[in-house]
Amino acid sequence: MPDPTLANIVALLLTAALAAYVLFAGADFGGGVWDLLASGPRKARQREVIAHSIAPIWEANHVWLILAVVLLFTCFPAAFARLCIVLHIPLSLMLVGIVLRGSAFVFRSYDTAEDRAQRRWGRLFAIASLLTPLLLGISIGALVSGRVVELDHGDFVARFVDPWFTPFSIAVGLLTLAVFALLAAVFLTLETTDPELVEDFRRRALLAGVSVFATAFFALVLAPGGAPLLHQGLLASTWAMPFHVLTGLAAIGVLAALWLRIYRLARLAVGVQVLCIIGGWALSQYPYVIPPDLTIEAAAAPRATLRLTIIVLLAGAVVLLPSLIYLFRVFKSGPADRPEQRAQGG
Amino acid sequence: MSDLLAARSQMAMSLGFHILFAVVGIGLPALMVVAERRWQKTGDPVYLELAKRWSKGAAILFAVGAVSGTVLSFELGLLWPGFMKFAGPVIGMPFSLEGFAFFTEAIFLGVYLYGWERISRRAHLLAGVMVAVSGAASGIFVVIANAWMNSPTGFDLVDGAAVNVDPIAGMLNPMAFQQTLHMTLAAYVATGFAVAGIHAFLLLFDPENAFHRRALAIALLVGAPAAVLQPLSGHHSAQVVAEYQPAKLASMEAHFETGPRAPLLLGGWPDMDAKVVHYAVPIPGGLSFLAFNDPDAVVKGLDRFPRRDWPYVPAIHFSFQLMVALGTYIALIALWGAWLAFRRQDHASHRWFLRALALATPMGFIAIEAGWTVTEVGRQPWVVYGILRTADAVTPMPGLIVPFLGFTLLYCFLGVIVVWLLYHQIIRSPRPTEWSRRYSPVRADRA
Ligand code: HDD
Ligand code: HEM
Ligand code: HEM
Repeated sequence: MPDPTLANIVALLLTAALAAYVLFAGADFGGGVWDLLASGPRKARQREVIAHSIAPIWEANHVWLILAVVLLFTCFPAAFARLCIVLHIPLSLMLVGIVLRGSAFVFRSYDTAEDRAQRRWGRLFAIASLLTPLLLGISIGALVSGRVVELDHGDFVARFVDPWFTPFSIAVGLLTLAVFALLAAVFLTLETTDPELVEDFRRRALLAGVSVFATAFFALVLAPGGAPLLHQGLLASTWAMPFHVLTGLAAIGVLAALWLRIYRLARLAVGVQVLCIIGGWALSQYPYVIPPDLTIEAAAAPRATLRLTIIVLLAGAVVLLPSLIYLFRVFKSGPADRPEQRAQGG
Repeated sequence: MSDLLAARSQMAMSLGFHILFAVVGIGLPALMVVAERRWQKTGDPVYLELAKRWSKGAAILFAVGAVSGTVLSFELGLLWPGFMKFAGPVIGMPFSLEGFAFFTEAIFLGVYLYGWERISRRAHLLAGVMVAVSGAASGIFVVIANAWMNSPTGFDLVDGAAVNVDPIAGMLNPMAFQQTLHMTLAAYVATGFAVAGIHAFLLLFDPENAFHRRALAIALLVGAPAAVLQPLSGHHSAQVVAEYQPAKLASMEAHFETGPRAPLLLGGWPDMDAKVVHYAVPIPGGLSFLAFNDPDAVVKGLDRFPRRDWPYVPAIHFSFQLMVALGTYIALIALWGAWLAFRRQDHASHRWFLRALALATPMGFIAIEAGWTVTEVGRQPWVVYGILRTADAVTPMPGLIVPFLGFTLLYCFLGVIVVWLLYHQIIRSPRPTEWSRRYSPVRADRA
């Protein structure tokens, strides 16, 4: 028998894993966006900082997604099955993006230093970094809009394309891309000590911050028609107002901190902002894993599975968190420049 | 191509691709750690160069393994939603544990690859050990999930759904032990002999090269013991299969008729309609003996199963014979190597030994693909043996040939590039400037 309390705990952990994926891997994908948009006299150095900040950690960051998927299919198997059927196309395309991004990135690191090879892999890496957030966002957009339902009638388009190919989903896709780009740019301001580069990333962060506002606005305008449930959840319920205020304050805080060049504060604020967005999404959708009909409780696996999963997650966290902190301490304790450069730079 | 066939082909292709990288992800860190340890003990720069080269290889292969593994996690649902809906709660546990093993592996690989200048020598070696251990652990967990598909336990079947689920009992299923043991050994055999084979080949042209000599010694150290154990573990596997999946055993051996004193067939091509095997060499009583330790034991043949429950016999019989043949060859070479070591002869100067090793380069990987073909195709038509048919698990999405071809092309592209990069970045002899080229006496090698 499913157990509502345990099911809710697992749902919370699942949201947390997804939030960790967006915060950490999101910034890695955003780095790809800025690699694509690198420009100006310091183009090559921008790309180098991006590569060095991603290299040691992207694979660890990527595992959050796998953890989320595993939690989903272990604890909410019915939801996993339905998502995979209805969103087969965007999820498959997202996988292509994930494969190309990861492999192009290592290929670039280990191919010859020759310019042509580097540019070719760089381009592929950057384009794939655009594709994945866009499709992830589109899938999330389809989920919140309550269109992920299994039809056993209707033609191919009605069953496998219409659920996700909507203006609202695409707006959420663009919002996701903008959020990832913002995260990356804010984090990158702390990855280098070169004042000119810091300034480059600051300008990019401001630009991304404004794009987040724009795309969020766009999505909200489409929400009443595109995602009525989300719309109601975000406007009608009692918790909505304080949440909006907090999200808004964090968003303004990011821009203000960037404007005043207080980069550590900007990093904190952007984290809060992203957590608020994800929290808002999760709360507006509660108690459904897949709106409008599949609830957390109805989709949940038997009690024995839920309980064991929670125990394993807690035990795993005891090993994992210290290791993760160690990883970040080793590589994020200072700007991730090449050792040779540090030696030269003094 | 039907959608079901396209889905099966895509799954087989994705797994067949991923397993190559997963195996290296288990085996190569072991080589890397041995090399680094020897460098720390002897101060010989060749060992350091080896550790660095291998870790570069591990970085490339690990990344491709990670992304192709991510594809697999999604494909379980994208292609087999019916399977996941049924099995998720029971086999989610090994997958969750595997998730933690990946995390540990990815974290410490990052530390290992980029931490040469940033952490102490001891911490660095320890990071390598963590990579090797968590790599083996992730392989073990996922194979436990696969073993459950072969011998499902830990639930009761009521109206087609799993109830009274006990994930721990699911993990302790009867096939789990032999499959994980055989797979883990296979990873060390395949990686060890692929590396040994490559360096043996290069030694044929450059016999004094200390880089290749030391690489050969380390690769044999990791690969040879596993290679000797592998046929024993495989024999044990076959006995467990005989007990729990008699239809699979009958297909492996192309054994159509139930009876005592069942012969072991060497070679041959089974004809499923005529129920005979053409061109095979029979060893009377051999199968009965291997499966049940008794030449007179009765071995169930395919005649005990309705025709719709037969897997495709020729593929399984052929793959099984191929795996055993390759496994025997590799084990014999390992024994030869042990004999040379016992006689205190120099492996790296024995040209026939080097030639035999060079020939074995791809064999471990071919045996792995063949072994998985036996396991997976031999389980058909079931995805969960005896409980859920593959045809009932497949997604209702039509046009599955498109993703199948798409991912096949993508993987071909990746495969070509990986091979090219490995050749240029890792295998090619280092230029003399990269370390002082000098030949050290063999005795020092063995110390
Ligand atoms: C280096 C690779 C390698 C080598 C040399 C061998 N095998 Fe193997 N074999 C595998 C790699 C492998 C594998 C790919 O790892 C499989 C697939 C599933 C599994 O657990 O291991 C496998 C499966 C497998 C199975 C089926 C298990 C099942 O369906 O659950 C049997 C009966 C054997 N093997 C038997 C043998 C024998 C008698 C060998 C004698 C030399 C042998 N294998 C060598
Ligand atoms: C017997 C078969 C398998 C073995 C031995 C195996 C083993 C491994 C290993 C050792 C890795 C680490 C990456 C590397 O070193 O290249 C890996 C990666 C991965 N595997 Fe597999 N795997 C197998 C099959 C599968 C299957 C069926 C799935 C799907 C559920 C899967 C999912 C993954 C995932 C998600 C990763 C990426 C982890 C990361 O990002 O580090 N694997 N696998
Ligand atoms: C990495 C080594 C593996 C290889 C090479 C492999 C190979 C295959 C092959 C050849 C098929 C197609 C069967 C057919 O067409 O008759 C298949 C199917 C499948 N395998 Fe595996 N397999 C591996 C490991 C695993 C593992 C560890 C799992 C764990 C869950 C798994 C799950 C599946 C599923 C769900 C199917 C689809 C259903 C079916 O056709 O039976 N495989 N695999």
